[in-house]
Amino acid sequence: MNRLCEIRDLSVTYRGQTAPALDRIELDIVTGERLAIIGESGSGKSTLARGIAGLLPPGIRLSGEMRWSSGQAPAPGRDLGFVFQDPSASLNPVLTVGEQVAEGARRHLGLSWKEAHAHALRMLERVHIPQPDKAMNAFPHQLSGGQRQRVAIAAALAAKPGILIADEATSALDMVVQAQIVSLLDELVREAGMTLIFITHDIALASGFADRVAIFKDGRLVETGPTSAVLASPREAYTKTLIASHRDLTTPPLIREAGL
Amino acid sequence: MTLLAIKNLSKRFSSGGRRVAAVDDVSLTLEPGETLGLVGASGSGKSTLARILMRLLPADAGSIRFEDEDWLALSGADLRRRRARMQMVFQDVLGAFNPRATVASVLDDPLRIHAIVPKAERPKEIAALLDRVGLPASYADRSIREVSGGQRQRIAIARAIATKPSLIVLDEAVSALDVSIRGKILELLVELQEERGISYLFVSHDLAVLRAVSHRIAVMDAGRLTETGPMRQVIENPQSHAAMALIHAVPRLVTEPTEGPYRDV
Repeated sequence: MNRLCEIRDLSVTYRGQTAPALDRIELDIVTGERLAIIGESGSGKSTLARGIAGLLPPGIRLSGEMRWSSGQAPAPGRDLGFVFQDPSASLNPVLTVGEQVAEGARRHLGLSWKEAHAHALRMLERVHIPQPDKAMNAFPHQLSGGQRQRVAIAAALAAKPGILIADEATSALDMVVQAQIVSLLDELVREAGMTLIFITHDIALASGFADRVAIFKDGRLVETGPTSAVLASPREAYTKTLIASHRDLTTPPLIREAGL
Repeated sequence: MTLLAIKNLSKRFSSGGRRVAAVDDVSLTLEPGETLGLVGASGSGKSTLARILMRLLPADAGSIRFEDEDWLALSGADLRRRRARMQMVFQDVLGAFNPRATVASVLDDPLRIHAIVPKAERPKEIAALLDRVGLPASYADRSIREVSGGQRQRIAIARAIATKPSLIVLDEAVSALDVSIRGKILELLVELQEERGISYLFVSHDLAVLRAVSHRIAVMDAGRLTETGPMRQVIENPQSHAAMALIHAVPRLVTEPTEGPYRDV
């Protein structure tokens, strides 16, 4: 087990706030694992994602450490890709799909524009965009939400980063597209042997493919462990509540059904 | 008597020079006290259908009978008066409220506009509505921005029931809420239905949510209704490709080990 990053006693407080968004977090990230960070609104899960990615806004109070095995924090875009919840906010509306995917490759892999365009086309094929050669010239608004998220993933992975952070990357999508994007992320991470940090409010979604889960509530790390261990025998009351709140197609309905 | 009967409803939009059928010859009915779950992927036409029903969009063809009246023929003062009987709760509640409003003013509006109770009795009615949705009466003076997402959704439900409707259209009404709050809101909706006989048309892409509260489920795909039936029948024995895809997409809690680097640790 190779530690990629050791997070020690990490606290983050936003400007103008008294309560910390993250409160003395101790967490290891293992190279090549799929780690799910699970929590409800206000749990600090997105703050942690941004902290790992070095994307916290200026003016925050930060204490504790993030010790990277490489000795330095990964450079966003080059060593670390980030996929946000809303792909229309992370894609530039006036650039074509091809240009945005090529940009990362050109800048971080030192390719020419021509090489970067060829690379972008291959990336669009890898994320299974239909008719990738046509999509290269499309603008983000011409694509559906699911296709836009595929483009955002292609752009995040264009420079072949070792780490991918997906922050509620499927929450704005409908269930069918969500399932497709999760299986795409799973496939890409397996192929490339990347480390995936998957931020979600949905414990069931994470249970399907994460190796390890970390449960957050109100800025604190409640519980962490291998997915199957935490789901089969949660130690903390909050984890039990989260599991009990999950509804799927086997949960008894709330209505009284006629004839039953 | 059937509360709502939608017949052969169609709506087309222009997209890139092409005419696209957003709602294509859809017929469905809703009985008093019944919940119909309307499920479909993005772009299936379910929200367009809900908007036509709320008279926020005109239909191209078809008819809607609601409480034994030609609902699409109503206009002006008649329509405004009848709107009291059909209310709506949206996903993004903050967007549905005036951001400067207080909780009391949000609930006072429907009581005033539809003359539900005389002015002197409105504060008492507001307190009763808040109590009914599980909020203390002291919340009346709060700004709508100060309350949490779950509380705001309770206030939206209080506003919807204020006019004593027979039908509430719920458009992804719990999708933005945390799971621990979502269940409580669904329970509240079921309680209100049992107590007041309200019908719900519950529009969602999440079959797990619809399964909790729906008596029947209607599946939409590419503007068409692909199947309708009792909740268990549709979920346990789906007939259409769209229904199967939606069922397959519901995340399940997995407690067995997954394959990955941790397996060997």
